Amino acid sequence: MNIHEYQAKEILRRYKVNVPRGKVANTAAEAEAAAQSHGAGVCVVKAQVHAGGRGKGGGIKLAKSPAEARDIAAKMIGMKLVTHQTGPEGKEVHRVLVEEGCDIGRELYLGMVLDRALGRLTMMASTEGGVEIEEVAERSPDKILREVIDPAIGLQAYQARNLAFALGLPKASINKAVAFMTGLYKAFVESDCSLAEINPLVLTKQGDLLALDCKMGFDDNALYRHADVREMRDFAEEDPREVEAAKFDLSYIGLDGNIACMVNGAGLAMATMDIIKFYGGSPANFLDVGGGATTEKVTAAFKILLSDANVKAILVNIFGGIMKCDVVAAGIVAAAKEVKLAVPLVVRLEGTNVDLGKKILSESGLNITPGENMADAAEKVVQAVRAAR
Amino acid sequence: MSILVDKNTRVLTQGITGATGQFHTHACKEYGTQMVAGVTPGKGGTDFEGIPIFDTVEQAVRATGADASVIYVPPPFAADAILEAVDAGVALVVCITEGIPIADMVRVKRVMADAPARLIGPNCPGVITPDECKIGIMPGYIHKKGSIGVVSRSGTLTYEAVHQLTGLGLGQSTCVGIGGDPVKGMEFVDVLRLFQDDPETTGIIMIGEIGGNAEEQAAEFVKQYVKKPVAGFIGGQTAPKGKRMGHAGAIISGGQGTAADKIKAFEAAGIRVAKSPAELGSTMKAAIVADSTRTTEPRPKRARNP
Repeated sequence: MNIHEYQAKEILRRYKVNVPRGKVANTAAEAEAAAQSHGAGVCVVKAQVHAGGRGKGGGIKLAKSPAEARDIAAKMIGMKLVTHQTGPEGKEVHRVLVEEGCDIGRELYLGMVLDRALGRLTMMASTEGGVEIEEVAERSPDKILREVIDPAIGLQAYQARNLAFALGLPKASINKAVAFMTGLYKAFVESDCSLAEINPLVLTKQGDLLALDCKMGFDDNALYRHADVREMRDFAEEDPREVEAAKFDLSYIGLDGNIACMVNGAGLAMATMDIIKFYGGSPANFLDVGGGATTEKVTAAFKILLSDANVKAILVNIFGGIMKCDVVAAGIVAAAKEVKLAVPLVVRLEGTNVDLGKKILSESGLNITPGENMADAAEKVVQAVRAAR
Repeated sequence: MSILVDKNTRVLTQGITGATGQFHTHACKEYGTQMVAGVTPGKGGTDFEGIPIFDTVEQAVRATGADASVIYVPPPFAADAILEAVDAGVALVVCITEGIPIADMVRVKRVMADAPARLIGPNCPGVITPDECKIGIMPGYIHKKGSIGVVSRSGTLTYEAVHQLTGLGLGQSTCVGIGGDPVKGMEFVDVLRLFQDDPETTGIIMIGEIGGNAEEQAAEFVKQYVKKPVAGFIGGQTAPKGKRMGHAGAIISGGQGTAADKIKAFEAAGIRVAKSPAELGSTMKAAIVADSTRTTEPRPKRARNP
């Protein structure tokens, strides 16, 4: 789960990590009042959407007066912001963050991620602030500094000093950096973050460190123990189909193809997308129905799949291990009837009670094409789409 | 022979009184696994289908000599269950539970580094040596005793692979589902080492997916040490960047962990890669045939097993 910049900064503030003074505004009038409350000097108006690259897309603007902040906010709120992370359709801006300006001395990078190979958290820093870290990693990997953190003892002060000195911070700023990094580490661990990035981290001309931007993501598996984080969820930023799927404990991700698929198990679901492509088709989604494909779940899944207007055919691929094929088949038949399925449906069943399952499908009176195995099913569904053209 | 588990393995179930724990304990027992104990705090002194239940893992191990544990405990309590089993001296811990917070697993991994126990999972189907011992949720009947080692990050895709192998008459020595989480117990490399050392395993199929770099490490290991034919597959070739594909670990982030990179690494290590998931079994067969026709040739690329 991701949150907005202003929410991430609220969390940082709780851990005494320095962030610019700022207020979130839902209207132009609120933006003007926010700018006024910062002392009517120069301020920055920042569109709040879950995407990077906002500056280049026109989502970050400087205002010299509260009146200008109002005018900028009036244009920004309601606009579709397009960045390299939003896709061409862009994301609608619902609110802006109005922050006081600061005297930027240097722009740096500070982030925390899980190092999967080590199974430990790693704090990363770089002198290349304001640039995407992936870009730095590709261009000049030696410019990324890392400190691997032992979970038993947490981030140590010397590790923070290592990073601070390597960043070339002035002596007077070193202890400030240690406090800043320790605060970030605590915020990360105590909120079960999966990612935290401060980019840029600013060294002001006065020698202070300031989180000018902040991006935070959270471990979905740990949200149950963070009611405050759950409340920060902004469903408007998420794919409505993914949100709907989650209600039924389905894992769905929309893609841009035209063959919808419904599979049990994440690995088999990915492999099913791959085999559709292998036979020249294009998958419309990833959908894992999980271990228990009940009629209710399959119906919900069909409805979500069919809400995508691009879908020209559906491929169901179930390997019933624990799940019995006859139960799955009954669920598919009931669901297909309920949603009045009008697109070709290819079903591949394998596993426990497979013959009984196939019998239920063939006797249903529905236009269901059986697939003998994965290859056969994929070929048939790709053909069905071609024939429909 | 086999790896990790065999007919002598004595298994205890943690979370035996829950619906999932009961269902699969019953199924594993029916398969022939020695299910010797169960643990549910507060239910000690009772039993499930004649299997004695204890309050703690330590009591269960002391009373029954269990040397493996399988965990069906809900996610908030699963990391604690793993650590309890490790502390009680269980040699093999298999954690089926899906949805454990990453931070919990980071702590578990820290403890495991200094512990003699092995952990499989979490978020995995388990481990099976056909006809001898099934620990986990995989359907037993698709397996067939034989000499192919199977190792995979996925559940149902593993069943698909096993089903294809069995259909071609290729039985399995042991099948290990290492799980789909980013921080876990045994990695590909750990399992590959055991398969290489197991005289009964004559071929290995390795099923990876997008995310992380465990496949790249595995490929490097195969190149250096594995002298048996290896087939492979990478799921998620069509997955978009930045999206978590069901498994918490299956995500392409920052251009890292793509299927293309992993396939390249596999091929560079001499692993025969299945082009489609319908060719898992046939690719393994082809790898074995190719290997048997060139046994007389020297294989300079591969060093001796350490």
